[in-house]
Amino acid sequence: MEFETVIGLEVHAQMLTETKIFCSCSTKFGAAPNSHTCPICLGMPGVLPVLNKKVVEYAMKMALATNCAINPTCEFARKNYFYPDLPKGYQISQYAYPLAEHGWLELEVNGGKKRIGITRIHMEEDAGKLLHDEHNPVSYVDLNRTGVPLIEIVSEPDIRGAEEAADYLKRLHEILVYLEICDGNMEEGSFRCDANVSIRPKGQKEFGTRAELKNMNSFRNVQRGLEYEIKRQQYIVENGGTIVQETRLWDDAQGVTNSMRGKEEAHDYRYFPDPDLVPVIVDEAWIGKIRADMPELPQAKRERFISEYQISAYDAGVLTSEKALAGYFEEVVAICAKPKQAGNWLMGDVMKFLNEDKKTIRECPITAASLAEMINLIDAGTISGKMAKDIVEEMYQSGKNPREVIAEKGMVQITDEAALAKTISSIIDANPQQLADYRAGKEKLFGFFVGQVMKATQGKANPQIVNDLLKKMLAK
Amino acid sequence: MKLTAQEVEYVAHLARLEITPQEKEKFTAQLNDILLYIDKLNELDTKGVEPMSHAIGVTNAFRADKVAASIGTEKTLANAPDGRGEFFRVPKVIE
Repeated sequence: MEFETVIGLEVHAQMLTETKIFCSCSTKFGAAPNSHTCPICLGMPGVLPVLNKKVVEYAMKMALATNCAINPTCEFARKNYFYPDLPKGYQISQYAYPLAEHGWLELEVNGGKKRIGITRIHMEEDAGKLLHDEHNPVSYVDLNRTGVPLIEIVSEPDIRGAEEAADYLKRLHEILVYLEICDGNMEEGSFRCDANVSIRPKGQKEFGTRAELKNMNSFRNVQRGLEYEIKRQQYIVENGGTIVQETRLWDDAQGVTNSMRGKEEAHDYRYFPDPDLVPVIVDEAWIGKIRADMPELPQAKRERFISEYQISAYDAGVLTSEKALAGYFEEVVAICAKPKQAGNWLMGDVMKFLNEDKKTIRECPITAASLAEMINLIDAGTISGKMAKDIVEEMYQSGKNPREVIAEKGMVQITDEAALAKTISSIIDANPQQLADYRAGKEKLFGFFVGQVMKATQGKANPQIVNDLLKKMLAK
Repeated sequence: MKLTAQEVEYVAHLARLEITPQEKEKFTAQLNDILLYIDKLNELDTKGVEPMSHAIGVTNAFRADKVAASIGTEKTLANAPDGRGEFFRVPKVIE
């Protein structure tokens, strides 16, 4: 039987605000346990949560970036359940009236484009962190994360495979980071994903029973987890079994998904409007202000790079993978006007150095102006491409500009034809046998002469001029 | 009856309340009385009236994104029935 996979994703993204969503405690990661806490986020009786305006603005940015309609009115609701990481006994979230709905995101699928629908984006607070004791039946609770702002982005069940799911997540992640509203750190949990996955016989309209998949903390694990889960469900159906609706956890080490037992009891969250928080009204003027403040988004940037700089789709993809990298590239091109070369030096040598040092482009010791100047020096023939390889490394190590490096190392290319002709002539005189052999038809010896000239000039001779001169002088 | 004894038991469980069979009976009766009383509101015609979640007309109550001092670990843990070091300590719950 041929199956079709149906996947919907729920993404939680931590907003990069200074303070929590309903109180003024810091959101900084890595502080001493239970030190970023106050009566509000601790859920003490009688306190009044007040909404952080920046959270609304950040969520609006994401809503606009994913083509959502922002609702004129939205409200917060209490989601009631008991868990030790939730001091109030309820999570403040949005339920019946979310901030935004009916959006979409475009993916490149097999050379074509496919839209993945976005059901809704809403704001909510994060829960605390539990550390389980390995030896005793106790857990330790750190409430620093309690009340850190999240947005939840819920997709339509439009995704048809594990790879497509990973692709959707990467696009979403890229947009969040471009907007500078989320740091995107998956290990620290700033970007988390749950997946609803089911299969159905190809052609069938109704959805199959779904499993909810959790605990996949990297793009790779999302893909692996989904691939495993799809196979598991197919195996069950093919062998006459039925899929059970349940929550399953991805086990990275074993490469399998396991049922989360003990949670068979259906959740009943008894949502109701939070009386402490008044409705949020978003008018057109506010949306317009947020829209005016939106940066160019990754996909638009990629398309512009391809048309404006005449670079390949692949290069445009690499260069726009990070906003800062794209900015650096554009700075270089603005000075040297050679996008192809700028892209090659950036994606080749510069990124290799940065990756080796685990640095980002923001920490690159070579300024965009220096890299542009180096490219101009190659173009002017002052240095060769080969010399530039050494120069760029020295620039990276020392942070010096190319002219300083060239001056220090005496690396200027010799382009003086008369001087080179003199060198060549003495080399010819010193190697009469090779000359005779070359003239007798041993053309391979041309390389020998090039090598001799380079040796005599310590590699500084302009290779093009050497070639031209040698051809003329050896033929005489 | 607006509410059955089973529903009362279910709601009590969701709230982690332990109630005796006598209490269950008593609460079922009391809750039914309350619900019947509230039912009076249904006599009002609310056709064309937008549902509202708040009785006051205030909207858009915001805070600026400015850090203020937290109360500190010691005070945070002061009321906790159990703790260790800088943490609250609770019976282990694994999902």
